[in-house]
Amino acid sequence: MSIDANTVKKIAFLSHLKIEDDKVAATQEEFNKILQWVDQLKEVDTDNVEPLVSVNNEHLRLRQDEVTEGNQAEAVLANAPVKEYGYFVVPKVVE
Amino acid sequence: MSGMIIQGKTGDWEVICGLEIHCQILSKSKIFSGASTHYGSEVNENVSFIDAGMPGMLPTLNEECVSQAVKTGLGLNAKINNYSAFARKNYFYADLPQGYQITQFQYPIVGEGFVKIELENGETKDIGIERLHIEQDAGKSIHDISPTKSFIDLNRAGVGLMEIVTKPDFRSPEEAGAFLRKLRSIVRYLGTCDGNMDEGSMRCDVNVSVRKVGEDGFRTRNEMKNVNSVKFVMQAIEFEARRHVEVYESGGQIEQETRQFNPTTCTTKAMRKKEYAHDYRYFPEPDLPPLVLSDEYINNIKNDMVELPDAKKERFVKELGLTPYDASVICENKEVAEFFEKAASGHDAKKVANWLMGDFFAMLNEKKITLAESPISAENLGALVELVSKNVINGKTAKDVFAIMAATGEAPEKIVEEKGLKQVTDVGAIEKVVDEILANNQANVEAYKAGKTNLIGWFVGQVMKASQGKANPEVVNKLLKQKLG
Repeated sequence: MSIDANTVKKIAFLSHLKIEDDKVAATQEEFNKILQWVDQLKEVDTDNVEPLVSVNNEHLRLRQDEVTEGNQAEAVLANAPVKEYGYFVVPKVVE
Repeated sequence: MSGMIIQGKTGDWEVICGLEIHCQILSKSKIFSGASTHYGSEVNENVSFIDAGMPGMLPTLNEECVSQAVKTGLGLNAKINNYSAFARKNYFYADLPQGYQITQFQYPIVGEGFVKIELENGETKDIGIERLHIEQDAGKSIHDISPTKSFIDLNRAGVGLMEIVTKPDFRSPEEAGAFLRKLRSIVRYLGTCDGNMDEGSMRCDVNVSVRKVGEDGFRTRNEMKNVNSVKFVMQAIEFEARRHVEVYESGGQIEQETRQFNPTTCTTKAMRKKEYAHDYRYFPEPDLPPLVLSDEYINNIKNDMVELPDAKKERFVKELGLTPYDASVICENKEVAEFFEKAASGHDAKKVANWLMGDFFAMLNEKKITLAESPISAENLGALVELVSKNVINGKTAKDVFAIMAATGEAPEKIVEEKGLKQVTDVGAIEKVVDEILANNQANVEAYKAGKTNLIGWFVGQVMKASQGKANPEVVNKLLKQKLG
């Protein structure tokens, strides 16, 4: 499997990444190298094998329902480029 | 047949609808962090570094959210999956700081089930449930403070949600409305979601398409997101279905798109189409291993389930002799059902139901108060019915006693005792009053004997008045008829 330049641009758009036009070809080549490697993995017979969801061979541990965090609005907002009245402020986004 | 048929120029069309409902899980803390879920806190006060999407933070799953989802799944008669897993749904929006939502995709915690709905014509119908999965809620964006800026509060970010997806089984707005009311009743009985659509703790996405009657398969559907009341959901389905028919009959095609329902105009319009909007590039969540639930765990929850509205309704019909209609009205709300059961205990349940659904609800409405604020306790309502059943007071006096109970909150026995309202069943005493009335109204007695027998009502009225409403009406009737011959 390999992908074309348009797919590279589409994935960049979906990921909110800016890829300059002169970098598209190089990025496409990197993508295709990864895909070739995945194609190689596909040679392994995985019929009747359930997909592996996690490499940790461990079940999920659960947390008790207790409030242990919060009341730290200042710390949460510390790195926000713009904040007002305790809110994060961003350029207007309306659907 | 409760389906809605739209008569078009080219023939009859039927409506196809499916719903996706997001229910906020009732839990103290968020699904993947220890921040509070409390509604109405100061801005950004209930936010952990996990909720804020800070680098290096790891989510840990809240056990309460898991058991709430399992409980709800059992309430939907659904299969609980021993194995489920989390996935990342990737999209960018300012109130989703991680850049992805942790949700379940391929392996949801709950599989197929069904919910029985009752329709106005008395029919019932099973609505198929496709799945229920758990995920995190996003934060809240406020767009109306500034014309150029959006303000973000992350208090809601990370609150646990159950997304319930139905099969495309609805054939009319009425069926969808009945389902939503039933679902709300079930989650409230279970205590897994407070079910308040107007506060956004239960939100509904509506999928609608139409097809010619007799046609197989489905045509293209449109989705309307976040319709926030049962009434609006019903209106949205009706409008959208009629719009589809119009488009098809004028030679057009329906394109799959997300539309917004406007409750003021009862119409829908296309939302700005986002390019690649549905390409969420799901992949397995690397920070959370799969969730494995033992049969023992699931059975423990099953054994601990409260009685659900359907089971309660059936019991009220079978054991207490209520009509199916009365039973379903009383069982829709858990608190009402509990109040009724307490009031009916040891008394005539059908009469208690009549009082509850009649004078009692009217009293709550008139006073604009909730059941919990009622001045009349369940025990006292039962006691009032008992006084009538035992002929201590008659039906008319009972209404007066009820009014005093509503005003003072006193027990009916006390009111009857203090005001001397006990019914007179002593035939001798009543006979004395009857004789007096007859003696003082000779003209009417003659008229009655001459054939104006409908005067009997007037005589009864006179006797009741003379006895201050306390005479037993049956005895009065019998005596009058005897004496007037």
